[in-house]
Amino acid sequence: MSGARELLRSERLCKNFGSLMAVRNVSLAINESEIHAIIGPNGAGKTTLLNVLSGELLPTSGLLIFADREVTGWTPDRLARAGLGRSFQHSSIFEDLTTFENVRLAAQVRLPSSMRFILSARRYQEITQRAEKILADLALSHLTATLAGEISHGEQRLLEVAMLSAIAPKLMLLDEPTSGMGKAETRELIEVLRRLAHEHTLVLVEHDMDVVFTLADRVTVLVNGAIMATGTPEEVRRNPGVRSAYLGERA
Amino acid sequence: MQFSTVLVQILNGLQFGMLLFLIASGLTLTFGVMGIINLAHGAFFMLGAYGAFHLIKFAGWPFAAAYAGAILAVVMLGALVERSVLAPLAKRDHLDQVLVTYGLILIFDELAVIAWGKDVQPAEIPPPFQGSIQLSSMIVYPVYRLVIAAIGLLAALALYLLVAKTRLGMIVRAGSIDRDMVRALGINVRPIFSLVFGLGAAFAALAGIAAAPILSVSPGMGDRIIIVAFVVIVIGGIGSVKGAFVGALLVGLVDGFGKILFPTVSSILMYGLMAAVLVWRPQGIFGKPLR
Amino acid sequence: MTPLALASPPLGLTVIRAAAATLVVAALVALPAFGSPFLVTQFSRVLIYAIFAMSLDLLVGYCGLVSLGHAAFFGIAAYVTALLSDKAEINNILITLPVSVAAAALGALVIGTLALRTSGVYFIMVTLAFAQMLYFVAQENAFFGGSDGILLLAPFRLGIGDSTWLSLGDRATRYCLILSMALLVLCFLSFLVRSPFGCVIRGIRSNERRMRALGYAVGRYKLICFVIAGAHAGLAGHLYVVLTSLADPSILDWLHSAQVLLMLIIGGIGTLIGPALGAFVLIVLTDQASELTEHWKLVVGVVVIALTLFSRGGIVGLARSGTASLFARKPS
Repeated sequence: MSGARELLRSERLCKNFGSLMAVRNVSLAINESEIHAIIGPNGAGKTTLLNVLSGELLPTSGLLIFADREVTGWTPDRLARAGLGRSFQHSSIFEDLTTFENVRLAAQVRLPSSMRFILSARRYQEITQRAEKILADLALSHLTATLAGEISHGEQRLLEVAMLSAIAPKLMLLDEPTSGMGKAETRELIEVLRRLAHEHTLVLVEHDMDVVFTLADRVTVLVNGAIMATGTPEEVRRNPGVRSAYLGERA
Repeated sequence: MQFSTVLVQILNGLQFGMLLFLIASGLTLTFGVMGIINLAHGAFFMLGAYGAFHLIKFAGWPFAAAYAGAILAVVMLGALVERSVLAPLAKRDHLDQVLVTYGLILIFDELAVIAWGKDVQPAEIPPPFQGSIQLSSMIVYPVYRLVIAAIGLLAALALYLLVAKTRLGMIVRAGSIDRDMVRALGINVRPIFSLVFGLGAAFAALAGIAAAPILSVSPGMGDRIIIVAFVVIVIGGIGSVKGAFVGALLVGLVDGFGKILFPTVSSILMYGLMAAVLVWRPQGIFGKPLR
Repeated sequence: MTPLALASPPLGLTVIRAAAATLVVAALVALPAFGSPFLVTQFSRVLIYAIFAMSLDLLVGYCGLVSLGHAAFFGIAAYVTALLSDKAEINNILITLPVSVAAAALGALVIGTLALRTSGVYFIMVTLAFAQMLYFVAQENAFFGGSDGILLLAPFRLGIGDSTWLSLGDRATRYCLILSMALLVLCFLSFLVRSPFGCVIRGIRSNERRMRALGYAVGRYKLICFVIAGAHAGLAGHLYVVLTSLADPSILDWLHSAQVLLMLIIGGIGTLIGPALGAFVLIVLTDQASELTEHWKLVVGVVVIALTLFSRGGIVGLARSGTASLFARKPS
């Protein structure tokens, strides 16, 4: 992958919980505009790694570099403002707000500041229109006025992605975007992700191998918190270590 | 400052600190294990004091029996409250917990007024502990205050053994780190809740009984001391018995020494200490880090 | 909990609401003309507590910050007002109002900065403790009048220099000032909660972690919200002294904060108008109940527990479900 510009890099990243080493020495490089999948068996530390990358957890040691700046120890909101956005494995939406309001609130973060106290939020045309467009793009328009807590699980997963795309980060970290979705819904989401990949760099933690091998440009395999292999889907598929340790388990 | 003054203030601080520990430990355990903030914990303190007062004065019970009876009654009342009102609150948000337990305060305070009137009632020191002892040629110290400190230390030791050495304690410690995990492990938490809550109520009642001869007995006496217990918990870190112990000692000592070193601002010193801890370690000295 | 939807309600509902609001405002404006002196003073108190309750609603109902120390800011402004009048003989509210409100805001900034380093149940305990600290400061210092507080003899006035435009010693004038302030606060806060800032704090209440992940500097918004709420509580505290000519430690007590929280639950949390109604209900009811039985607190306690456990909507919630069922029979 020479020539491609690096967007996110971690160097010897570790995260310990007491004596448990959940993430060990992870040195990862995500290139601009690629789709990078992180896979691994249950308990491999994928979500922990994602939480460290997005600033939710402080790394025990190691470095994090994003867009040529060292960002180790940055808070999630600071990272997000710098262009590193994430979604959550268990839908983390505003359940008591409408679907529209969820996306609008995400888009609102693009205002230079939300310290605006008088004019109704609805009157900020650019933001409202952006939210409407994203809902339309993801075929969620019919749910505009429905409370986000009352829409179906699949729709909530889609809403997660809609919110992420509303803030338009340089890099999107997606934590199992298809978890709990049906076959048809998954296919729909794959298309959405493919479209998003035109404009964004995507990192997805994923369980579903079909999703991984249809979408990903590169794959990183995590086992016991450490990287076992990184490469194109083909390379990873052929890696004997991965076959026995991970893919073999599935067969 | 003379050595004797220092020693007296250390003893005063220890005595007040141990009283606070008795209250704060129950509060912190209730939160750590059940996830409930119980504003009405001060009511157990008050009812312990009233219970003993009543049994001694009106029923003519001997001191020891009255104390045991009062504690038992408060524990039973605590169990009733826990089963009927607090258990459904475990899954509710903090606002609901605050509102319901505030409602309990109104009820208990008013019931105390109905039963014993609004007046402040004096409580007697049990005869064996009346009087003072000569600690050195310079210092005469009331025996009773030493007894309070000893009771508190004993309770702390007992609680330490319980939390550090038993299976119940293990669950309590695990619960204060990750409550959901304890539930997920399939441990039947109901009886543990009741046990912990009962223990907390017993400690608060004991504190009320011990404090009664010093503070006197009045409705609402629990509503003030509970705030100081909160300060202790914020300093020590919530859910941690060790934190409650260290926090209580710190607050006791700061209060004791503040009264002679900075008498004009003594009552706000402990809040200053809390502010300092918040700046230094927002999760409290023994609390788990936030990120 | 009522959904925080921004969608517009059906036309009929809007008409009913507008009519009810007009009626209530008209009655409030006309009150001094036909009400007894007692009623005018009682409603002055109701309106002051309406401001106080709405300010707490901004914090609890919209931002999700459960503060049990909100009386601190009410008390700071009240004491500053009383001290200005007592020690410096400044009775002009053109001076006392901004100064006392600024003092309350400053207090909120300091306490908020410390308290917001924590969250959840810690936050409750810390706000509670700091308010109680102020209680002790007021009670134990002769400068603040000790446990008796500061009783003022000279009435407040509004004017420039030595000229007096409004004398607030007059009951009706005072009432009109308080009423206009309450309406102003209701208007301002209604705009505020729909503004981008209002949307952010509602997002924080709904899902703080998500707000962080979206890129909002959550702490800063919470602090600003805390200060705005504190300033409004300060306004209520200032008006309280204008009305009663008294600032005593009981207004700093944490039970005072808890009482305002009751107004929220009675009226309906997160609705602004609900807490204002809650203030009305609680004050009128306790005035009535304390005549009926001296143990009215017992009743209030039972009611609070029942309300919290079994219904969270309060008066506004009830009214909403009532009118909603009225308009539910749409042809499908």
